[in-house]
Amino acid sequence: MDSAHCDPAAGTHLGGDETAIKVVIAGPFGVGKTTYVGTLSDIAPLRTEEVMTTASVASDDLRGLPNKTETTVAMDFGRLSLAGGLVLYLFGAPGQPRFKSVLQDLARGALGALVLADTRRLEASYPVMSEMERLDLPYAVAVNRFPDAPDYPEAALREAMDLPAQTPLVVCDARERGSSRDALVRLVEHLLTLDPEPIP
Amino acid sequence: MNPPRRDRDRGLVRPYVVTEGRSAPSRNHFDHVTLIIAQRDAPHALLSPEGRAVLQLCRPGALSVAEISAYLQLPMSVLRIVLADLMDSGHITSRAPSPALHPRNDRPLLEALLRGLRAL
Ligand SMILES: Nc1nc2c(ncn2[C@@H]2O[C@H](COP(=O)(O)OP(=O)(O)OP(=O)(O)O)[C@@H](O)[C@H]2O)c(=O)[nH]1
Ligand SMILES: [Mg+2]
Repeated sequence: MDSAHCDPAAGTHLGGDETAIKVVIAGPFGVGKTTYVGTLSDIAPLRTEEVMTTASVASDDLRGLPNKTETTVAMDFGRLSLAGGLVLYLFGAPGQPRFKSVLQDLARGALGALVLADTRRLEASYPVMSEMERLDLPYAVAVNRFPDAPDYPEAALREAMDLPAQTPLVVCDARERGSSRDALVRLVEHLLTLDPEPIP
Repeated sequence: MNPPRRDRDRGLVRPYVVTEGRSAPSRNHFDHVTLIIAQRDAPHALLSPEGRAVLQLCRPGALSVAEISAYLQLPMSVLRIVLADLMDSGHITSRAPSPALHPRNDRPLLEALLRGLRAL
């Protein structure tokens, strides 16, 4: 047991009376989730893993046999302490529907999500957006600018993504702290405009 | 040139079925960002190695469930069982993320968050 774990750096522990808040940083493979979390985190980013059992249906299997596989889903996360005893946890999560059980667990009680997108393959973010909608998690879309990416006007991006007018769309460089912070500010501003959730 | 259009696909049946493990209510108590506080005076004698490791890790101060999972390399599903046992035996207390149910409804929290972010 002892050999398996690494110890936290000095100053990592909290007082225990902070207000912890969870935000999901979702997006397709290689879009910049880890970079984003690392840019804003004030602890060295950590990783948690969950084993998920998936059963693929007959369409995947020519013989029609049930086919169960175990997948390890890794999420990296970071922590950002703010004034007023707030501690924001940022979870970089694969947003694809096949990670449903892990995403559902993560989305419960989460404040909202940033869905990262890359204009060279915008369509890779569409299932992630649908998944956030299905999970009832409000989100803002953050477009990361990659060097050779096409530069679409915002209106074209909104139309392509079928974004409701009130959903924020921000351009963000996940390597840059100010820019990454601004994307979160836009998300929280958006949350303040939403109607209250019904209390079950 | 226009980017490829998105098809709204919310209504489709997806090609995967994910088996969701059901867990006992006391385990649902531990969110990723629930803070865990070790109680100093409880005896360690009958604890599992994982339970001891949690207490040792949290001795200097509180950590979130996700952080404990990362440091001890325990999946959340396993850690939740360990934590439920430690809670039952009085070895830990917890602080729920606030507010536990619908953080989006908490305007003062959202406003404090906005101020905190802008002050970064
Ligand atoms: N130009 C530019 N490059 C970026 C940006 N964000 C990430 N990158 C680069 O893109 C690459 C992939 O970034 P990651 O942060 O690893 O992406 P990820 O989403 O965590 O990837 P997976 O975990 O593999 O799905 C890295 O080389 C980053 O340096 C950005 O905003 N702008
Ligand atoms: Mg990554």
